[in-house]
Amino acid sequence: MAVLDAFDPARARDRNWIERVPPAYWVLGLLLLVMPAFAGDFVLYQIMGWTFLLGMIALSLMFLAGYGGMVSLAQMSFAGLAGYLVAIFGDSAITAISQGWPWWITIPLSLALTVLAATGVGWLAVRTEGIYTIMITLAIAAAFFYFTRQNYDLFNGFQGFNTILPPHLFGVDWRAPVPFYYLALFWAVAAYAAVLYLSRAPFGLALQGVRDNPRRMAALGYNVTAHRVAAYAFAGLIAGIGGILLTWQSSQISPGTIGIGPAIDVLVVAVIGGLRHPIGAFLGAFIFVLLKTFAVDVLISLGLSGERFQLLIGLCFLAIVFFSPDGLLGLWDRLRERGLRDPLTGRAKDDR
Amino acid sequence: MRAFANRHPVWSAILVVIAAIVLWLIFAIWPKGLSDAIGSKKIFLNALFNGVTLGGLYFLVASGFTLIFGLMRNVNMAHGTLYLLGGYIGFYTADSTGYWLLAFPVAFVIVGLLGVLLQYVVFRRMEGQDLRQTLVTIGISIVVADLMLWGFGGNFFNISPPSWLSGPVRTFLVTGAKSSGELVYLTYPMVRIVIFAAAVLVGLAMWLALNRTRIGMLIRAGVDDRDMLSATGARIQLVFAGVFAFGAGLAGIAGVVGGSFQSVAPGEDTRFLLASLVVVIVGGMGSIPGAALGALLIGLAEQFGSVYFPTYAVVLTFIIMVVVLAFRPQGLMGRA
Repeated sequence: MAVLDAFDPARARDRNWIERVPPAYWVLGLLLLVMPAFAGDFVLYQIMGWTFLLGMIALSLMFLAGYGGMVSLAQMSFAGLAGYLVAIFGDSAITAISQGWPWWITIPLSLALTVLAATGVGWLAVRTEGIYTIMITLAIAAAFFYFTRQNYDLFNGFQGFNTILPPHLFGVDWRAPVPFYYLALFWAVAAYAAVLYLSRAPFGLALQGVRDNPRRMAALGYNVTAHRVAAYAFAGLIAGIGGILLTWQSSQISPGTIGIGPAIDVLVVAVIGGLRHPIGAFLGAFIFVLLKTFAVDVLISLGLSGERFQLLIGLCFLAIVFFSPDGLLGLWDRLRERGLRDPLTGRAKDDR
Repeated sequence: MRAFANRHPVWSAILVVIAAIVLWLIFAIWPKGLSDAIGSKKIFLNALFNGVTLGGLYFLVASGFTLIFGLMRNVNMAHGTLYLLGGYIGFYTADSTGYWLLAFPVAFVIVGLLGVLLQYVVFRRMEGQDLRQTLVTIGISIVVADLMLWGFGGNFFNISPPSWLSGPVRTFLVTGAKSSGELVYLTYPMVRIVIFAAAVLVGLAMWLALNRTRIGMLIRAGVDDRDMLSATGARIQLVFAGVFAFGAGLAGIAGVVGGSFQSVAPGEDTRFLLASLVVVIVGGMGSIPGAALGALLIGLAEQFGSVYFPTYAVVLTFIIMVVVLAFRPQGLMGRA
């Protein structure tokens, strides 16, 4: 998994930053910015909003898995924890539990506690490697799910919380489709940029070193455990922001949001897109949301029962992991490489 | 055991004291103050028995999982699916033929064959690619779970054991004394006792087969060093397929057991996959005695937790896992 792109500082210095951003990004960015002009409320709020939020949670997994080599299935739990904490400290319909504190205490406190929890889970999970990490984080996610379902004092059990609304900041109703679209877009882009920046910063480079060869990094004087735990903390922050927004979007949080199914869905999203680049998380989320929204219609139009959409999603996931372990990004790379190669000799074409 | 006592005198003393307290709790007639403080002895004994028998069921599921992992380093996230499939196969066999005992060999053979198929199609193609194996088996479990929901519906099934096994049996344990001085004995479902005995028997047979037979020797050698074993001329792929079939078949049998204990229903697959994950994390990957110890601990923790502090029952299981991970990341019986 080569994540580092070829990067030539001498060439980069010649051009200013506007030229360094590839044109595809400009097109995509403009398209996303002007989208409310032509897209309906359903597309903005449900499809794009959900894509951004799910993409952020998957991005936190991509950061851990792609750069840190640690596949954590607990990311949905961190997101859910942040959502629950906002409901507990802030306002909801369950006035017996919700404290009703103002947003400028609630949100930072929820995020701080989420990061703390992520650090604790990370500290536990990094004691193991590879496949064990998946199992332990899955067990933690399941424990949190069953706990929220059983506990009525703090998490209000099976029902969870509802009517959790974002604060009316600057006089804007942030749950209206267009403001929420921009809110989700802003945080998704911020998280994407933060991950991209961090992957080239000294911390991210050290983390990638730890992924590739922990013993060598330890011999070079890096604290391997600290880097891994810090990666969990950062991923927990991204997942937490995504979780709060997700709670606002559906205005409720319950154990069903953070169950084992959703935890695995996050992995599915990240893997469908590809774990090699942060954009993969959002790509995967977009495809997942489209499938989840329209699979029923597709199945019915094919004459099958609409209940089988889980089967369709499962088969898509299976096909992708079976044939292309790097997800759609890997598939794209392979196609592009094939295009660059001479079909007769197998050598790279030099003029392209 | 003596070596353990010599090395850890303090731990040995603590374990002996705990064992003595537990034995006293089981056999003595409780004084009134104790019953008032933590509930009647009958509740305690029932929780204990339920925990131990649930541990037996967990052991049946988890031992196949840990055996497969120990030998082949394959993480089979579809293990819970095999369990549930075994339950459905057992239900339909017992229902259509009327023989409860027939359900076990049928479930064992069919699920075992599916295990071989899984090993041949998935794991052999992706040898050494942990993450990919995990992802593919997760995908398979999603797909098969939905196919089973499609085929068998969302209803609860219960595999009813034959008449000679159903009904309670009076045990020799005293739960209390009536005011007339007459002793009250604990009654317990016969089928649970029989199934627990069978689980112990399966465990012992596995231990003997692993430690006293030629095939067991091959498997143990394969666990230690796969490449050397195949270099000596052992047909390792055959051993792999055999172990996978056996582990999957055990999951199938466990499905029948679970169907007689509790019920067969959608969602049980994830529940038992998670249970086996926790059991092998606590007990140690690839160790059969570890799976037994872990299954017992988790079964007891679940039952006692749900009886004595219902809202925090899951936390007890979780705490056990965290403590084990914090002090012994390789598991109680695992090798570092």
